Amino acid sequence: MIDMIRRFKFPIIIAMVLIALAIWLPDTARRSSIVTMDYLKEMILVMPPVFVLMGLMEIWIPKDKIQKWLGGGSGIKGAAIAFALGTLPTGPLYVAFPMAGSLLRKGARISNMVIFLGSWAALKIPQLMVEIKFLGIAFTSLRFVLTLAALGLMGMLMEFLLRLKPDKAWLENTDAGRQPPNKPEI
Amino acid sequence: MTTIITIYGLLALCLGASLAKSRKKTKQAFLIAGKALLKTAPSLLTVLGVVGLTLGILTPETISKLIGSEAGFTATIIAAVIGAITLIPSLVAFPLAGSLLRSGATVMTISAFITTLVMVGVVTAPMEVKALGRKFTLLRNGLSFVAALAIAGIMAVLL
Repeated sequence: MIDMIRRFKFPIIIAMVLIALAIWLPDTARRSSIVTMDYLKEMILVMPPVFVLMGLMEIWIPKDKIQKWLGGGSGIKGAAIAFALGTLPTGPLYVAFPMAGSLLRKGARISNMVIFLGSWAALKIPQLMVEIKFLGIAFTSLRFVLTLAALGLMGMLMEFLLRLKPDKAWLENTDAGRQPPNKPEI
Repeated sequence: MTTIITIYGLLALCLGASLAKSRKKTKQAFLIAGKALLKTAPSLLTVLGVVGLTLGILTPETISKLIGSEAGFTATIIAAVIGAITLIPSLVAFPLAGSLLRSGATVMTISAFITTLVMVGVVTAPMEVKALGRKFTLLRNGLSFVAALAIAGIMAVLL
């Protein structure tokens, strides 16, 4: 019971804030709960298939393939694959976090995962269409180029910084290390 | 909508292939998925609540008041911070940004807003920490914020 409360302490705090808002600022509370319900619907639809896809990836895609495509020796091709994967029309960024975690555990390079997450967030094709429509082609293409350059730099910098500390220990320390990556292969 | 179709289409494809190859491994995949989903549930709920709270307080009208009334550097910083803490669907964000641009906001302000909006996710940080670790999350979001300001500065000069 205590354990459950500890695990859900943030949702509980937020629920209390919402209740307080409902008393003091009912309009804000109403808007907030409408938005929350909208996103809840989206997440209920989107998250289960994403996690199943991630599970299938953990089981079926061998570690050496990921290492070859996105790992240390993948070079510019690996970066291009990460970028291409990111720009596919596949939904909000939080969908990409478990995917990136899973790919990292399978041996993908940190810099490639930064590019993957960044292009997922900022350079998605459907999103660019909307951007061109409302902000113009000059704005959109300039932002595209600059963001891509920034992602490359960020990737290298983050890889350098995260490698300074014990290699990938930070990943095992989080709850993401939910199972040893290559144990249930057989 | 396209999101849903893409994800479920992809799932149907992969699941079909997996089932054809091995039922046992498919079941294993589901077990991994279930466990991961349970582990992420608290941070998912947190994200949902915080998104609701921020968007309840920072409505599009409030955002345009905050960004539109100021000018210059302050406006850009405010825009970058708002972009970093909110999670607005692009179908809402880009029209908003477009109308702000037409009503007098600078290119620097709008590009800072858009770039932090898409790249920095303060609200989704709990989920990012769960999947990728605290250090990765802090670095990615911090560097993205700095990069957004740099991008905004360059865009202001070039456009």
